[in-house]
Amino acid sequence: MSEAVSFQKRAARRRWFLLTPALVVLLLAASGPLLIVVIYSFLTPGDYGGVVWEFSPNAWFSVVLERDFFTEQLGFADAHLSILWRSVKLSLMTAALTFALGFPTAYFIATRPAHKRDFWMLLIMIPFWTNLLIRTFAIMELIRAEGTVNSFLLWTGVINEPIQMLFTEFAILLGMSYVYLPLMVLPIYASMERFDFSLVEAGYDLYGSRWRVLRRVIFPLVKPGVIAGSILVFVPSLGAYVAPRVLGGGKQLMLGNLIELQFGAGRNWPVGAALSLTLLLIVTVALMFYVRAAGNEEGPGHG
Amino acid sequence: MKLKATIAATALALGAVPALAEGELNIYNWGNYTAPELIKKFETEYDVKVTVTDYDSNDTALAKIKAGGHGFDIVVPSGTYIPIFVGEGLLMESRPDQMENFKNMDPVWIDVEFDPGRHYTVPWQWGTVGITVNTSVYKGDINTAALLFEPPEELKGKINVVPEMMDVMSTAIYYKGGEQCTMDKAVLKEVRDMLVEAKKDWLSMDYGNIEKYAKGDLDAGLNWNGASMRARLENGDIAFGLPVTGYPVWMDNAAILADAKNPDNAKAFLNFIMAPENAAMLSNFAKYANGIKGSAEFMTDDLKNAPEVNPSDELKAAGKISKSCPPEAQKIYTAIWTELQK
Repeated sequence: MSEAVSFQKRAARRRWFLLTPALVVLLLAASGPLLIVVIYSFLTPGDYGGVVWEFSPNAWFSVVLERDFFTEQLGFADAHLSILWRSVKLSLMTAALTFALGFPTAYFIATRPAHKRDFWMLLIMIPFWTNLLIRTFAIMELIRAEGTVNSFLLWTGVINEPIQMLFTEFAILLGMSYVYLPLMVLPIYASMERFDFSLVEAGYDLYGSRWRVLRRVIFPLVKPGVIAGSILVFVPSLGAYVAPRVLGGGKQLMLGNLIELQFGAGRNWPVGAALSLTLLLIVTVALMFYVRAAGNEEGPGHG
Repeated sequence: MKLKATIAATALALGAVPALAEGELNIYNWGNYTAPELIKKFETEYDVKVTVTDYDSNDTALAKIKAGGHGFDIVVPSGTYIPIFVGEGLLMESRPDQMENFKNMDPVWIDVEFDPGRHYTVPWQWGTVGITVNTSVYKGDINTAALLFEPPEELKGKINVVPEMMDVMSTAIYYKGGEQCTMDKAVLKEVRDMLVEAKKDWLSMDYGNIEKYAKGDLDAGLNWNGASMRARLENGDIAFGLPVTGYPVWMDNAAILADAKNPDNAKAFLNFIMAPENAAMLSNFAKYANGIKGSAEFMTDDLKNAPEVNPSDELKAAGKISKSCPPEAQKIYTAIWTELQK
């Protein structure tokens, strides 16, 4: 009896011992830095960057509130909120655009003969091997006033003077959609590959129109892939730095750039830390939405 | 016996050659600012492997160096940032004033406010903050900041402003009749309202625009004289104006970091760039003036005669050497700046 207990104890101890490396990594590499960010967000900014070890909740207030310098009036931090809104808006639009482009692409690949699919997937993956900056600068070259697109349109006479595309929100949207498209195609393709296309035939046999079959048969079964893809696109878009920096011209800031501004020219590390945590919160909410949606999917589906 | 002779000969040979720096040197400098030929020359002369890393603003450099673990030996901040770097204990007191080539330094630049007597820094380049204009688009007077702050119709939507807070703020404050580092709320309110209104007509707030001016993506903007000159060399329509209401004059200075891993190489480098022919190489590449006497004769003709580097006497008088503002002023400027960048 007592031997069994001590055996159990020993087993438990060994389990913990074997888990140590993983726990250390989790603690030091994941929670540790995050904890520093949390602590910094509650400190006072130093005059020339860095922090002074004095507690202050000001950073968190200034994420949403600010005191007007001239009138001393307390109001919403218009600058932060409009940047926050732009980030969420552009990220949602990016997810929508990549879905609109990615869904047909994934469908096309999944309906090719099995031995040819790898080739098409390779074509989707190849741009992904190129450096992010280079791809972003390539987009810039395409859409600048004297760039490829404008030159072509001018040459064909469709337009008389170049369209201003660079340094607009459209440019950021285009850049992010191009960069993150594979992240949408891959999960949708993964769920479509498992999809049994004889169900589509069954749908047609039962007099379903093309649209109805797509909406009522295909889409519900690949929905987990669509949601996964949307999250994979939405989350990095939210923190995007390169696209708004290069294609937005430094005056269409997104959350990533605002955070950088606080650690750089703004010399306000606590606000930067608070903004980083705000970003983390938004991502968490988005992920909770995902878990919820994925959970619902399984519930009635199996019932 | 023979062995002894060999040892003696080797020792003699070693003693005869001046102690050459060997190894590495890591320079942290503004992007597109370090002449590659100069680096190559230094590498061959001193047998040192030089690595150059770019930054795009003084604040970026300050933040990164303050954070530590950067591994850089030399940094090139603007004069306004030198007191901050020194105050934070980030620079080594390398005493350039006792170096061999210090005799070449232009006396005008020795007793500067940011480093009296030059105990920490060596001039890299100096220049002016003015206005780049494409004269094929805009034909009027270019020596006014109104082109940016109350832009004429033909320039609207084609303006870039370099996101260097103090340069933008100072130019705007001078334009509204204020003094450098002013804390006068009436002036600052006018400045803020004017900038917020003007920003609607700006296309971008970005660095590295030489190509964009040359190719017509941009038609006007707040810019540095050397960058403007490089754009002009690619496109003859580009001209450089200096606001008669006042404009900032800056100097970037090379300094050794307090925690430099290769201080000897770094000292050798500071001495190296005070030699006139080497200082001229910096200027020939970046198209700015340097603070070294006698470097003009090694400069290319297009630089010696450039209007960007040699403004008229009237315009020269409007220049004001930038100094660092007290933290209270800085705080107000940052608030305005953040509002502008949203």
